[in-house]
Amino acid sequence: MNTATLTDPALEPAFDLECSNIHKSFGAVRAVDDVSFKIPKGSFFSILGPSGCGKTTLMRMIAGFEDPTSGDIQIKGKSVLNTPPNKRNVKMVFQHLALFPMMNVYENIAYGLRCIGTDKAEIDRKVKDVLERIALPDVADREIHQLSGGQKQRIAIARCMVMDPDVLLLDEPLGALDLKLREAMKIELKLLQHQFNTTFIYITHDQSEALVMSDHVAIMNEGRFEQIGRPEDLYHNPQTSFVAGFVGDSNRWSGRVTAQEGGEYRVETEAGLVMTSARAVGQGISSGKDVSIFVRPEFITARKTSSEGSSTAQNTLQGRVDSVLFNGANSRVLVRDPVGELIEADVVVTGGTEDLRAGDDVTLEWSAAQTMCFAV
Amino acid sequence: MQSDIKRLSLILLFAPFALWIALLIILPHMGMVVLSLREKVAPRVYEFGFGNYIDFINEPIYWNTLLRTGSMSILVTFLALLIGFPIAYYIAKIAGKRSRGALFLLCLIPLWVSDLIRAFGWILLLRETGVISSFLTDIGLIDQPIEFLYNDITVVIGLVYTVILFMIVPLVSTLDGMDNAMIEAGYNLGGNGFTVLRRIIVPYAMPGIVSGCIVVFMMTAGSYLTPILLGGKNSSWFTEQIYDQFITRFNWESGAAFGFLLLAFTSIVVWIGLRLTGQTLANTVAKS
Repeated sequence: MNTATLTDPALEPAFDLECSNIHKSFGAVRAVDDVSFKIPKGSFFSILGPSGCGKTTLMRMIAGFEDPTSGDIQIKGKSVLNTPPNKRNVKMVFQHLALFPMMNVYENIAYGLRCIGTDKAEIDRKVKDVLERIALPDVADREIHQLSGGQKQRIAIARCMVMDPDVLLLDEPLGALDLKLREAMKIELKLLQHQFNTTFIYITHDQSEALVMSDHVAIMNEGRFEQIGRPEDLYHNPQTSFVAGFVGDSNRWSGRVTAQEGGEYRVETEAGLVMTSARAVGQGISSGKDVSIFVRPEFITARKTSSEGSSTAQNTLQGRVDSVLFNGANSRVLVRDPVGELIEADVVVTGGTEDLRAGDDVTLEWSAAQTMCFAV
Repeated sequence: MQSDIKRLSLILLFAPFALWIALLIILPHMGMVVLSLREKVAPRVYEFGFGNYIDFINEPIYWNTLLRTGSMSILVTFLALLIGFPIAYYIAKIAGKRSRGALFLLCLIPLWVSDLIRAFGWILLLRETGVISSFLTDIGLIDQPIEFLYNDITVVIGLVYTVILFMIVPLVSTLDGMDNAMIEAGYNLGGNGFTVLRRIIVPYAMPGIVSGCIVVFMMTAGSYLTPILLGGKNSSWFTEQIYDQFITRFNWESGAAFGFLLLAFTSIVVWIGLRLTGQTLANTVAKS
C-alpha cells in the first residue's frame, strides 16, 4: 500500500509534486516510513491521519524545514532536496496562520513580493488583485488583530497565493475556528482552490474536512500511507482495517471465519454473533482465520419486530432499542443485541408514532455485501 | 461586610508598596529638591535660588562629564544589545528545552557575586602585574607588562559585563513568546536570514529590546563602582561628581542638584529613545 500512486489515466501526466520513497527518522523513531505519491496539477489533495502519524513531518519536508533521511521530493519534475525553504516555490498556511502581528494586512501580503524584489507598482497591483479574489477588498489598511477568525484565514491564504506558488500546503488551518465557521470555511477553501487552480495539499485529522474538500485523500498511519484514493473510494472500498475504522463510523467486531462458500464467508464474532460476509479484503482469508468485521450504521436497517415485512437480507438480528440518538437527519439507534453488545443503526426519525423508542423490540438487517472482513 | 474585608485586605496588601514608594522614593526626593534649591550665601546662611543649577551650566567640566557619561552609557547599551541579542535568541529559540534552563542559570551566576568582587576580578585580570599581562610577557608576545586598567575601553567592557544580564532577560521573555511558525513563515515566503531578522524577528522583539535598553541605560548611567574601580581617576563618571559634592566637598546643595540633573538627563534620553522606536513605556517595561 505504501507505494500506491494515483495512476488515473484521465489525469494529465504533469505532476506538481512527486514524492518517492521518503523516509524520515528522528533517532530511533521512524516518523515517515517509505511514503510515495504523485499529485496531479491543480488538484486538492488531503493527507488524513490521527495526530502523531507523521503527516506534519511529511509536510515540513515538502516545505523544506526538515530534510528526509532518504527519498526524493520533486516539484514540477525537479528535485528540491538541495533547495533551501526560501527558494522553493511551495507556500504554507500554518496551523496558527503565523500572520505577522507587527505588520498590517497590506504589509503581510506584500512581504513575500518584497523578498523577491518586485517593484512597488507591481506589488500594489498584485496585493489589490489578491484581496479582491478572496473577497476582502477593503481590509488592506487593517491591523491583524482587527480581523475576524475567518478573515485571518483568508489573508493567510492570500499571503501565499500572491506568490503564485506551485503547491500550497495547509497545516490544519481550520483547527482553531469554531464549528459554524469551520463548516463555512470548508466550502470556501474548496472554492478558493478552484479559483486559483493551484495544487492544495491539506493536512488534517478531521475526516469530514478531508472528505468534503478533496479530490484525493491519502490516509496516513504510523508514518505510512495506508491508502490513497477518491473520498468515496476510501469510504466504500477501504483496503485496510485501519481505513475502514478511521474513515466514517462503523460497527466493529473481532471474529473468525468458520466457513467459506464461493465468495461468501460465515464469520463468528468473539461474543458469538454469526453473520455472512461477501466482502473479504486482504490475502489468505479462509476458514479458521481471525478477521476484523466492519458494518456501517447506514447499511443496517432497524425495523420493529412486530411490524409486517419480509426480509431478504442475509444478516438479521433480534434486539431491543437501548436508546435513540436524535441528531436530525443523522439520527441513530443503539440496539442491544442477543449477546449484550450495542449495535448502531441509522434511522429516520419523523416525529410520528412509527418512530422507534427505547425498549422496542427490533429486527436488524443488513446485506452480506456491506459486511467487510479484513485479515488481522 | 464582605466588601469591607475585601477593602481591608487590599489596603494591607498595598501598604508595603505604598510605604516603600512614599518613604524611600518620594520623601527623600522631595528633600533633595528642597536641598538643591538652597543657595549658600554665608556660613550656615541659605537662600532660595537656582544657584546650584547655574553653577552646573557655568562650569564646562560638570556638563562635559554628564554628556560623557550619557554617551558612554549609550555605547554600553548598544554593545549590550549587540552581544545580548544573539545570546537571548539562542536561549529562547535554538537551545533545547532542558539546556534552556541551564543556560539561563549560567547567565544568572555572576549576579550571585557582589559588584565589588566582580570588579576586583577584572582588576586581577587586567592590571599591570595581572593574569593577562603576565601571560603575554611569558609567551613573549610583549616585552614589557602592559597596564590594561584605567582607560575607557576597560570601563566599557566592565560595564557591559555587569549589565548584560538585564538585557538578556527581557529579550528572552519576548523572543520566547514568538511562535516559531512566524520565523518559518518568513523563510517560506521567500525571505533570507537577514530579511527575516530585520523584518520579522527584530520588529517582534522591539518591546523587549526597548525595555532591556531602558533598564541597561539607567543602570549604566547610575553606576558608580565599576567606572571608579576600572577607570580610576580618569573615568570622570557623573556619579563620581555627585559623590564628590556630597562626601569630599560636603556641598550637599550642589550634590542634590547634580542628582536631579542626572535623573532629568537619563529620563530625557529614555523619552527620546521611546519616541524614535515608536514604543510606549506601557508596552515595553510594564510588559516584560
